[in-house]
Amino acid sequence: MRTSTPAALRQLGAGLRALLVLTLVVGVAYPLLLTAVAQVVLPDHADGSLVASRDGLVGSELLGQSFTRPVTEDGEPVTDAVGVPVTEPDPAYFQNRPSAAGGGYDPLSSSASNYGPENPDLVALVEERRALVAALDGVDPEQVPPDALLASGSGLDPHISPAYAHLQAARVARERGLAPEQVRRLVDDLTQGRSLGFLGEPRVNVLLLNLALDEQAGTPDEADSE
Amino acid sequence: MSDATAALLQVVTLLVALALAYRPLGDYMARVYVDEHHTRIERGLYRVMGVDPDADQRWAVYARSLLAFSFVSVLGLYTLQRLQPRLPLSLGFPGVAPDQAFNTAASFVTNTNWQSYSGESTMGHLTQMSGLAVQNFVSAAVGIAVAVALVRGFRRARTDRVGNFWVDLVRGTLRILLPIAVLATLVLVALGAVQNLSAGIEVTTLTGQSQTITGGPVASQEVIKELGTNGGGFYNVNAAHPFENPTPVSNLVEVFLLLLIPVALTRTFGVLVGDTRQGYAVLAAMGVIWAVLLVGVTALEASHPGTAFGLAGASMEGKETRFGEAASSLFAVSTTGTSAGAVNSFHSSFTAVSGGLLLLNMGLGEVAPGGVGSGLYGMLVLAILAVFVAGLMVGRTPEYLRKKIRAREMKLVALYILTMPVVVLAGTGVSMALPGPRESILNPGPHGLSEVLYAFMSAGNNNGSAFAGLSVDSAWYNTVLGLTMLFVRFVPIVLVLALAGSLAGQQHVPATAGTLPTHRPLFVGMLTGVVVVVAGLTFFPVLALGPLAEGLS
Repeated sequence: MRTSTPAALRQLGAGLRALLVLTLVVGVAYPLLLTAVAQVVLPDHADGSLVASRDGLVGSELLGQSFTRPVTEDGEPVTDAVGVPVTEPDPAYFQNRPSAAGGGYDPLSSSASNYGPENPDLVALVEERRALVAALDGVDPEQVPPDALLASGSGLDPHISPAYAHLQAARVARERGLAPEQVRRLVDDLTQGRSLGFLGEPRVNVLLLNLALDEQAGTPDEADSE
Repeated sequence: MSDATAALLQVVTLLVALALAYRPLGDYMARVYVDEHHTRIERGLYRVMGVDPDADQRWAVYARSLLAFSFVSVLGLYTLQRLQPRLPLSLGFPGVAPDQAFNTAASFVTNTNWQSYSGESTMGHLTQMSGLAVQNFVSAAVGIAVAVALVRGFRRARTDRVGNFWVDLVRGTLRILLPIAVLATLVLVALGAVQNLSAGIEVTTLTGQSQTITGGPVASQEVIKELGTNGGGFYNVNAAHPFENPTPVSNLVEVFLLLLIPVALTRTFGVLVGDTRQGYAVLAAMGVIWAVLLVGVTALEASHPGTAFGLAGASMEGKETRFGEAASSLFAVSTTGTSAGAVNSFHSSFTAVSGGLLLLNMGLGEVAPGGVGSGLYGMLVLAILAVFVAGLMVGRTPEYLRKKIRAREMKLVALYILTMPVVVLAGTGVSMALPGPRESILNPGPHGLSEVLYAFMSAGNNNGSAFAGLSVDSAWYNTVLGLTMLFVRFVPIVLVLALAGSLAGQQHVPATAGTLPTHRPLFVGMLTGVVVVVAGLTFFPVLALGPLAEGLS
């Protein structure tokens, strides 16, 4: 037994030194060198595929964002019980999927709802969202596609289904004073098929779609004033 | 193209890619672990570590080295998280709370990567890349080392030596994981994954709100998280996050990385025992289970039974538009069949019976195809059980790979097989009985039981995925799940190393007409049957009360 203590200590010492040298290799050199290479070779990707408009950076192509406006009553912003301003979908913009990330599309708190299929809260939310979308877009509730009713996994999903995009095209066209055909054509242009023809699902990037609309016809405010 | 055709093509592409990598990688890994030569860099490392790389260890010494390294790793990772605010690149985050830091340290050192924290609001870049990601590499290398030690037990005869832990650790990290990780990182960045050291950029969105675009060394960590079947995401939502997994192509690459080493290790095993057909047999049993579960989960998600999904018309809750149901199902089955626990969609929001199948996939002991190393040694333990059962039927002393399976080996196998279910079922039972932990449940009804069961099944199999409705950042869950992960990682590892030592000590027995051939379809069927029966008998009651009850309601 007398010799076992130094032996155990020797193992711990070797373990500690092994951890330190391996940390230098795979915990410092590996990520830093690859960061350097990625920054030189593919800086756009490495920095998050940022998207800019005439006014500067507006987001990332990979991250969804909220297209909402503050609710006002007699010109005053409405706040909820805890003082957070209440927002509503901005009808001049395509809306994306329901999000469970913070207050919606917050990259600092990515999250899914984790509701199970029998959860009464989820059942109620589906009904509520269906009514809201049907009212906003003036369509039959039966026409609202599933991705408009169910929250994404990340809460940052940048895409919607082509069906949901087409459902919204008429309303966005009306709000912007554009021909519905013109908006539908834009949706078609920006619809991505399955990757390589068979991977994933057909989809439309909502930020790129809304940005294209803004750049095509001026900002919605200008469109209103015309 | 129809959904079914696309789903099928996706799987075929994956299988072709795995088949192409199988022989080269499997053969390469076999060479790595029998190579007599050390590279100059490795010699340098051994000198710093103060170990003799040419000294073969007895199993008990091998186990002590492994435990010492893992103990130091837990301590080091705990300390790094606690000291976070005093170190560079902390992004202003405070030190991680003691119970959560313990849980996370245990989680990453045991290759579980259970996360009771949310990456983007808890861990600075240094903690992520120099703490968590380091364990992603070395815990994977430890897993492969144990599997290789067991294979040496079959390969060697009349020796008490099973290899040198330090050499296996260093070679697994530097010669296998690191080169693949470097290549795959560049692939992921090319597909859009993020790789920078930014603390975040503030932008003004189209409708005038502010949004923070987060940054970090994401791709380099994403890659080793899949390749080492670790699963701990840079971000809270793991591989559902577009910065971790930007496109359906990156998704397939990540599933490929998850399965790559566990699958190719069966080739390594075959080469090292001198009969590659033995590797094919083990792989076939793994593949059958994976395929059956994949068909089940994909079909269920596509037909979306359940109240909310029936109303909405799809099972897209918790799933990303770019992936859809098929790519989410593929990822889910592959991550619960390995010890990865990375997710690209949220298992709690899968249809009820799918959730049950994912639970079962872990309950099988994660052998379809299992974690890096742990999948192979788990399956070999079950193969020994299968030859034992066959031996009982004909009244012969069972043999596997020309080694006799005696009472000593069977005791170790039995203890191995009992360890996980006892911990999982006891942990679930106690947590359901205590009022405090019960309040952490999100969903009402049977789904609530599934949440707790999933937590213990995941921790108890070093998986790390979750029915994430359960609020697990509590002192109870952090502590109990942390202890669970340590127990189910290291008790089985010590048992497997003891088994390796016991087998290595034997001489090889010549195969006779009475020897059960273990490379034929008959044995594949028996092995698959043993896997299913052992887990089925253990977990059927609790699966009936959770996901089955929910699915039938």
